[in-house]
Amino acid sequence: MTDITRWTAAETAEAIAAGKVTAVEVAQAHLDRIAAVDEKVHAFLHVDREGALAQARAVDEKRARGEKLGPLAGVPLALKDVFTTQGVPTTAGSKILEGWVPPYDATLTKRLKDADVVILGKTNMDEFAMGSSTENSAYGPTGNPWDLTRIPGGSGGGSAAALAAYEAPLAIGTDTGGSIRQPGAVTGTVGVKPTYGAVSRYGLIAFSSSLDQGGPCARTVLDAALLHEVIAGHDPLDSTSVDAPVPPVVEAARNGDVRGMRIGVVKEFGGEGYQAGVMQRFTESVELLRELGAEVVEVSCPSFTYALPAYYLIAPSECSSNLARFDAMRYGLRTGDDGTRSAEEVTALTREAGFGPEVKRRIMLGTYALSSGYYDAYYGSAQKVRTLITRDFEKAFEQVDVLISPTTPTTAFPIGERADDPMAMYLADLCTIPSNLAGNAAMSVPCGLAPEDNLPVGLQIIAPAMADDRLYRVGAAVEAAFTEKWGHPLLEEAPAL
Amino acid sequence: MPGITREEVAHLARLSRLELKSEELDHFAEQLNDIVDAVARVSEIAADDVPPTSHPLPLTNVMRADVVRPSLTPEQALSGAPAAEEQRFRVPQILGED
Repeated sequence: MTDITRWTAAETAEAIAAGKVTAVEVAQAHLDRIAAVDEKVHAFLHVDREGALAQARAVDEKRARGEKLGPLAGVPLALKDVFTTQGVPTTAGSKILEGWVPPYDATLTKRLKDADVVILGKTNMDEFAMGSSTENSAYGPTGNPWDLTRIPGGSGGGSAAALAAYEAPLAIGTDTGGSIRQPGAVTGTVGVKPTYGAVSRYGLIAFSSSLDQGGPCARTVLDAALLHEVIAGHDPLDSTSVDAPVPPVVEAARNGDVRGMRIGVVKEFGGEGYQAGVMQRFTESVELLRELGAEVVEVSCPSFTYALPAYYLIAPSECSSNLARFDAMRYGLRTGDDGTRSAEEVTALTREAGFGPEVKRRIMLGTYALSSGYYDAYYGSAQKVRTLITRDFEKAFEQVDVLISPTTPTTAFPIGERADDPMAMYLADLCTIPSNLAGNAAMSVPCGLAPEDNLPVGLQIIAPAMADDRLYRVGAAVEAAFTEKWGHPLLEEAPAL
Repeated sequence: MPGITREEVAHLARLSRLELKSEELDHFAEQLNDIVDAVARVSEIAADDVPPTSHPLPLTNVMRADVVRPSLTPEQALSGAPAAEEQRFRVPQILGED
């Protein structure tokens, strides 16, 4: 029998529906794989063995009763530990939530369960999704399956590593400034940030509410599309949820054809600070798209060079407000309550003990940017830059159907290299941040290995809001052409664990 | 732009309800200075005639019908509380003794 853990999600669902394998066998194969390799990778913070097998049994019973199965029924998934799961621990990578068991499911969790997706467990992440390396997790770093001494990206490094290590064929991430796309790029997997508001934020532990967006992670473009269709759609429990039909992403992923499409190369992404091998693979991708029949032109988005500074004012400002809920009173950690201290003192002691350095930095930075006397110069100016970036996108999308760029300026860097250098860490999100500020849709798809270090490079595709299907159309075309050229999917070049 | 001093970090920490240790104050002062220096560039292009964007969606208040729905039980709502008593969150002293 072939190795089940190497199957795509689409193949797995088909095999279960056809009775070639049971959902329990599929779940067990992945739990065995996790048991064998996760000590090295550390993609998971919590493996829900019992829950996964129970979900799988329910799928097998459904099939035995002759009920119709959904397109992902029985397919295992790794869930970023930032979505609440009723009865299953949820930490957001923070000590302040250690041991917390949510009393309710996030809408996304509920949709996965309703679609009979088998949730294997919760994946490691930078604390409260703040970071680009997963080193800010309070529970230790995750290794990149391509080279365990390197970062798997972040904040959703656990989800991306679980895919690349064949611990799960599907995963969920959240993308506030690149936390789905950047881990996808550096692990040779596919990551999609849907249009802002496309996937419900109800039960997603908030970092920066006007930027946070849940989305699918997978090893193939089609698998990401199948998952996208399951998790997207209007939710009355999220007042920022978009009440519009989900774009036809699966159809687009099955029809990767870029003939006649106009594709724009963002002039501002490239040059100094970009690794040579990353630019080489990007240039090859541009050539490939031309060969496939797309018209590729250069477009200029001059405000994009201000996106990173604007983001590091807006995101910390929103986080300083959002994380005020961790007050040691209603849930989570409480320390220093010895009967002599006031509630305010206990709150401050608990937050000091429960938050890591990056979270503290961002809370204080946001508090600073919002304080009177500085508000106009910092937060106010950043909001104006947000307008200018949105206008740049609007102008660009008058000329082209999608934009492309490298997903990240460099390949995966060594664990520890940027850990105490916030500005160096922030540069990892240079190309991904503009889409969060504007709220449009973007994907990272593998486009080769950088020759100098043999590590994966991602191609970023950006589409206008609610035109997510274009990502899948272009992504599927690129994936098919590269797979043919290489003779196999990129991940097959990853060393055995 | 004036730099962020150790005293200013201590003030920000108080506002943020973070009981920082003494050695953290110097470290954060240095790092916050670096970050603020880098992000202050936003004012270069933030002209007076550019309107601010606070959110990607042009949403006004979204209301639901005012009807009774199922919700968490008191036991569920208190299940994560560090301390609870008589169906309430038990918290340290909030007001002064006298």
